[in-house]
Amino acid sequence: MSAIKVENISKSFGKVKALDGISFEVERGELFGLIGPDGAGKTTLFRLLTTLLNPDEGQAEVDGFDIVKGYQAIRERVGYMPGRFSLYQDLTVEENLDFFAALFGVKVEDSYDIIAPIYRQIEPFKRRRAGKLSGGMKQKLALSCALIHRPSVLFLDEPTTGVDAVSRSEFWDMLADLKHKGITILVSTPYMDEASRCDRVALCNEGRILGIDTPTDIVAGFDSPLYAVQADNMYQLLISARRARGVVECYPFGEAHHLIVDAEFDIGQFKAELADVQGLCIKPAEPTIEDMFIKLMKQ
Amino acid sequence: MNDYIISVRELTKCFGDFTSVNRISFDVQRGEIFGFLGANGAGKTTAMRMLCGLSYPTSGSGTVAGWDVMREGEQIKRHIGYMSQKFSLYNDLTVWENIRLFAGIYGLSKAETERRATEVLERLNFSSERNTLVGSLPLGWKQKLSFAIATIHRPEVVFLDEPTGGVDPITRRQFWEMIYEAADGGTTIFVTTHYMDEAEYCTRVSIMVDGEVRALDTPARLKKQYATESMDEVFRILARGAKRGE
Repeated sequence: MSAIKVENISKSFGKVKALDGISFEVERGELFGLIGPDGAGKTTLFRLLTTLLNPDEGQAEVDGFDIVKGYQAIRERVGYMPGRFSLYQDLTVEENLDFFAALFGVKVEDSYDIIAPIYRQIEPFKRRRAGKLSGGMKQKLALSCALIHRPSVLFLDEPTTGVDAVSRSEFWDMLADLKHKGITILVSTPYMDEASRCDRVALCNEGRILGIDTPTDIVAGFDSPLYAVQADNMYQLLISARRARGVVECYPFGEAHHLIVDAEFDIGQFKAELADVQGLCIKPAEPTIEDMFIKLMKQ
Repeated sequence: MNDYIISVRELTKCFGDFTSVNRISFDVQRGEIFGFLGANGAGKTTAMRMLCGLSYPTSGSGTVAGWDVMREGEQIKRHIGYMSQKFSLYNDLTVWENIRLFAGIYGLSKAETERRATEVLERLNFSSERNTLVGSLPLGWKQKLSFAIATIHRPEVVFLDEPTGGVDPITRRQFWEMIYEAADGGTTIFVTTHYMDEAEYCTRVSIMVDGEVRALDTPARLKKQYATESMDEVFRILARGAKRGE
């Protein structure tokens, strides 16, 4: 039995179709990522799966229970960390944790082993009000509260948005630990580079899933020749490269521009056409999740 | 005329006994795309507020667009552009109403507003959307409009505070092309971001750690200095050394 099973789910808000016939399954113990920008429908999906909304069409199960009929059972079994910090700002760290334990009828001591690696980092500040914590500390408290009843499935809605690269990486280390404790995790993020930290990912955009696979296989599905080009003036290069023969697309990609080409493309001819571009350098490049996302969006 | 659009020395901001920004000094050249990076809690937001005329430094000196950061905050606000992902346009106002509102705030006359609005809408191929509610525009259009409005008064420098957070990869790139284009036309861009690939698009990058500017150079030279392949690694090396508690 899978931990999460979503079948053809749709949900609209007025004229806006937030989710448009989404289907996927998450295995038990899997760390599954929903990768996509704002407006992809990630939050709506979380709200459906945590039984805070009902779908217009389709059905879904979490831990074997139907999200509409079995909502009470699901609420006992899942942990949910919403995108917006939603703990009580005027309760202390400790009070928030006690409050969530009381809601689920458990004792903090009984779950201490599972929250310890995370909670210990903020325990020195346990008498501080939640509203006075830094962003990173709030995040750790919210995760501790979401874990207090030893959920079988954990839902994390954009836990790393607006967080710097180092803190993001530390957060993913914490998730890897939780996964090893057997918790199924569904996590969303707008950062494409975080896909590699997941077992499998679904690339989402505008209420649809563009593709589902392991990060490695998603990248392996990129079947066009790809080059990285650089020059002294990168803006001039962008404009010139797009006009060159055989170039399907050219877009900025970190320190280089990525160039997708067709059968007509020839490196020698490309260099000749761009003879007036100073410092031109072109070499084959490995595609990334982001290249694939761009490609799927354009299809 | 001074080549530097921003020039600050020993800029410091204290809140009580906490030194949020500690004696930062740097210059930004005209037409540069200047990346302003830092870990959460490094003092980036406080520094940016001082440069935008929203908060006066505790000590130090400097100028932004020729105005004194220690006492001419109001003038600075009038002469710079500012855009953030979180707050940019009013969704329940039309395209034209948004333009009129911000042009008014920047002190443009009615005639000038009309002239520049028409020009902006034509340049963006938006003329038919003049009376469309901003909330119903696709994200990519909204961003272009947002940038056009932030520069409607033709500032010499624009501050972009995480302009691309949560934006899809195509729209994010379209936005950066707009930044390239503006910089090519001579506008100075001062930008913060959490996307390290975007740090690579900058002419120069500064990285703040614990209230101080710990590194400042071109992406290529920073990568060389820290012997790494990417700006992501440079950032990690510097931010890991942060002492200030998150």
